[in-house]
Amino acid sequence: MRLIHLSLGSSVLALGLVASASAFAQQAIDTKRLHPKAAEFSFEGPFGTYDRGELQRGYQVYKEVCAACHAVNHLAFHHLDEPGGPEFTEAQAKALATAAKIPAEPNDKGETTDDKGTPLMRSATLADHLPMPFPNENAARANNGNNLPPDLSMIVKAREGGAQYVYSILTGFHEKAPAGFKVTEGKYFNPYFEGWNIGMPPPLNANSVTYSDGTKATIEQQAHDVVTFLAWASEPKMEERKRVGFGVMVFLIALAGLLFAAYKKVWKDVH
Amino acid sequence: MSGPSTYNPNSGIERWLDARLPLPRLLHDTIHTFPTPKNLNIWYTFGGILAFCLGIQIVTGIVLAMHYVANAGLAFDSVESIMRDVNYGWLIRYMHANGASMFFLAVYIHMFRGVYYGSYKAPRELIWIIGVLIYLLMMATAFFGYVLPWGQMSFWGATVITNLFSAIPVVGQHIATWLWGDFAVGDATLNRFFSLHYLLPFIIAGVVGLHIWALHVPGNNNPLGIDVKGPQDTVPFHPYYTVKDAFYLTLFVILFAVFVFYAPDFFGNPDNYQPANPLVTPPDIVPEWYLLPYYAMLRSIPNKLMGVIVMAGAQVTLVFIPWLDTGRVRSCRFRPLMKQFFWVFAVVCVVLGYCGSQSVDAARFGIPLVWVARIATAYYYAFFWLIMPIVGLIETPKKIPASISQSVLGDSAAAPAE
Repeated sequence: MRLIHLSLGSSVLALGLVASASAFAQQAIDTKRLHPKAAEFSFEGPFGTYDRGELQRGYQVYKEVCAACHAVNHLAFHHLDEPGGPEFTEAQAKALATAAKIPAEPNDKGETTDDKGTPLMRSATLADHLPMPFPNENAARANNGNNLPPDLSMIVKAREGGAQYVYSILTGFHEKAPAGFKVTEGKYFNPYFEGWNIGMPPPLNANSVTYSDGTKATIEQQAHDVVTFLAWASEPKMEERKRVGFGVMVFLIALAGLLFAAYKKVWKDVH
Repeated sequence: MSGPSTYNPNSGIERWLDARLPLPRLLHDTIHTFPTPKNLNIWYTFGGILAFCLGIQIVTGIVLAMHYVANAGLAFDSVESIMRDVNYGWLIRYMHANGASMFFLAVYIHMFRGVYYGSYKAPRELIWIIGVLIYLLMMATAFFGYVLPWGQMSFWGATVITNLFSAIPVVGQHIATWLWGDFAVGDATLNRFFSLHYLLPFIIAGVVGLHIWALHVPGNNNPLGIDVKGPQDTVPFHPYYTVKDAFYLTLFVILFAVFVFYAPDFFGNPDNYQPANPLVTPPDIVPEWYLLPYYAMLRSIPNKLMGVIVMAGAQVTLVFIPWLDTGRVRSCRFRPLMKQFFWVFAVVCVVLGYCGSQSVDAARFGIPLVWVARIATAYYYAFFWLIMPIVGLIETPKKIPASISQSVLGDSAAAPAE
């Protein structure tokens, strides 16, 4: 099996650096992350677009599962009804915003909490960004065993391997840890994560969400949907980019053709 | 700019202007009638391409600066806001980011062309030296620019590079602190880097003016490396080279557009989409591709100060090439021995870049890359300081043609095109 991949280099390094014998046993296994799974996505290739159904289902998975711990700081509710995204109707996006509660601005007395000390909240509008699960990093760590759940706005662009990497993490919890590898206390085994110890508990179960369009909510389906959603969150202008790019390419190639003809005509008598 | 002017003002307003500010005469002589060797090949189109790159970087950069916020707390989010909320902001930013890589791609081709055809040799030494100055300014500008998005690689790249100055004995640490404006890379550093990133391109534009001015005194070198003997060897710049440059520029822009529209993050590093975090060091800090050969040299030397000296020396060496090359003819077309060393040198530069991109303890085929980088660094220096002077003295050049027109019209079978 690929998991137990003894590397001469790392064990020599470990010999030199690690004093305790038990630590050495842990170091002897190369815990370099596995190559991501070869998942395929609708948005790949020069003409690929985001699958609307996947985006809308992916938003549901994000909201009902991921949003418990992860923010998507750079997404606002108005992005949800813009072209090239999930393309909810404006009414749907408004309803989603209204249902979300975010910290209210200080009231007329300058207070941000009510008499009992509970923070004042209000409904979001289309202009608001999606709510954050924790007010700050310390609160996030305190609720997650000192692990910091990263913001997911750019997770697909901010990781080597991109969409395939995030997909592999989400579906990679079910492989057995090889003999000799001890999972760190409070962590979970995931061979697609560097070091194999991941702070995130397995987030998806079959039927974690109930899709309204009748799609069967397997782990793979949910992972595929939410990764598509996160890819859009990372690169919301991708469809516009590829569309403009096609026009630019056609123009440039035609221009090059004309210039080549002009070049040959002008130089005809020189050589 | 030089030589007898052929401008003939034939309207009242042109005569009036010519007696006061002869701008039409300048333009007429430099981009219209300027006599240009008629045998320039594709590699000579990169000068015009570079002017285009500088223009693109300045125009897109000015627009980006309208939306960018040079503040350590806001910079990262302001760049993302450009990508998401500014109309066509993604296009402007991807053009600017990929434009930097295209600029360096073009400048490296331009420089290797200069070395291959001996364009730095008399009487063009100053053109070359001014060009080296432009290249150094470009690297500084690119470095400052890479810091501005304030991602992880921005921050840690800035930390690594500015820390190089601390290797200088006695005053090094003070210089680093002075550069930072603080005791570490932070908000003050970001602000001054933004200021300098905005300033330097205009200095580059000025120095490019000198580069072109100096070029227009002796005129272009050419692939044969022989002097222009008379009008039969040249064509007017316009329309011959305007149309040829425009065609090849368009091909270059097609390549540029492939990256901008279909692989905008090809040259980027995923870590730079994570906000700068002074508490978390990325496992591998790598500069942009165009600085990798120097990075490999730096890391191949165990002593930090020596590493910095070797790296800086590699750049300073370029200034002396016009006098290190003792060859009697300019073009490598007629230098069978030098041509081989040149191609080895080109490969060595790519190998150095590869070594710089890999982690410091990496090995390939059982050979530690740090040793590959050491040997490659040695060849880099040897190429300029030993091979150039010695080969020039011992080599017997092939017979050079009597003139450009003879070569172009006469024996096309005898001198195969390259």
